[in-house]
Amino acid sequence: MLDGLQSLGRATLGFFERLGRGNLFLLQALSNLPGMLLRPRLVLTQLYSVGVLTLLIVLVSGLFVGMVLGLQGYNTLVDFGAEDSLGVVVALSLVRELGPVVAALLFAGRAGSALTAEIGLMKATEQLSGMEMMAVDPVQRVVAPRFLAAMLSMPLLAAIFSAVGIYGGHFVGVGLLGVDDGAFWSQMQNSVDLRADIYNGVIKSVVFGFVAGWIALFEGYDAIPTAEGVSRATTRTVVHTALVVLGLDFVLTALMFGD
Amino acid sequence: MNNRTVEIGVGLFVALGIAALFMLAMQVSNMSSITRKESYVITAAFENIGGLKVRSPVTVSGVRVGRVDAIDYDMHSYEAVVSLRIDDNYDTFPEDTSASIFTAGLLGEQYIALEPGGSMNNLKPGDRIQLTQSALVMEQVIGQFLYGSAARNTAEPEAGEPGAGGL
Repeated sequence: MLDGLQSLGRATLGFFERLGRGNLFLLQALSNLPGMLLRPRLVLTQLYSVGVLTLLIVLVSGLFVGMVLGLQGYNTLVDFGAEDSLGVVVALSLVRELGPVVAALLFAGRAGSALTAEIGLMKATEQLSGMEMMAVDPVQRVVAPRFLAAMLSMPLLAAIFSAVGIYGGHFVGVGLLGVDDGAFWSQMQNSVDLRADIYNGVIKSVVFGFVAGWIALFEGYDAIPTAEGVSRATTRTVVHTALVVLGLDFVLTALMFGD
Repeated sequence: MNNRTVEIGVGLFVALGIAALFMLAMQVSNMSSITRKESYVITAAFENIGGLKVRSPVTVSGVRVGRVDAIDYDMHSYEAVVSLRIDDNYDTFPEDTSASIFTAGLLGEQYIALEPGGSMNNLKPGDRIQLTQSALVMEQVIGQFLYGSAARNTAEPEAGEPGAGGL
């Protein structure tokens, strides 16, 4: 009985301890961000490994998600004789929801897991403590450029995802199924609002990039420095990022499009 | 990894991302149509505006000449007052222009159609259109139709049994 209570208490305390460590880590990383302007080369390398290497999977998934949206949307809309609205369906669902969310999930799988594994392994092989010995702040040297790169590349990746998806939907709808080209674009332009839809989509993707970067880097930085610890941290990164992104997406949607 | 490859890759990535954002802004959204043109506002009072919304189109002969700027309710005349923002290059509408609220298609959005009259004087910015026609509310139309056929049936009782009118 008492043992049960004790383990419950330990789990609770451990949870809050971890939450606190995560927030301190975030503060530390954020306070090092302005210094990154002086060392753009560090950020550039990370933009390559975080952004450019994620590009391919985002391009391919965006294209196919858009094509599926075109196909499914057409099949439903044609029953109402409203297949001219296909562009609206494809564009709104991509720009508002699917673009930021799916890009963030892919980002967590492709880039977030790599970040966690990299930093966790640095910790396991005592490279991070080695840096501290040389009076180099590992948060400044290792974490901050990766964090900035994640926040910069997420909105770009989400925008690329949406744009490619819209062309995919256009290809299926107009090219294969015979929706009118003019109606596809003009109805889309009539219904998609720059501020309400596109800006809010970009804001969402920035938030998701922030969250995905934070979780991935903290999991790596806080990993138990063994092979097993790093592997568990990598798994946690993907799972937690996916959960947080989906949950936050609901909150953001309710705030942005609620009224 | 070669430094040059990294830089070219990042350059390509950023250019692609910005191009995608630009494409979303220009081609997908209505940004190209909200470029601020010079415009003026006239108002029109309607008994019922139905589903008219701010930013609904204002057309003449099917050509869009402006948008609905604001919708208010006048507590003195008990009417809805709609402000129409008309582009400046359409500034010679006669004073007796009439405004009606129509629906695009069966389920489409509602819009205001202006129909120019024959007066020699033109509407000035801030003027109010006097001749208006309210939106068609489906329930009212059906109601009128039902009462209308009921009234016809009771007016000529020999045509059918009284009281069994309606549809």
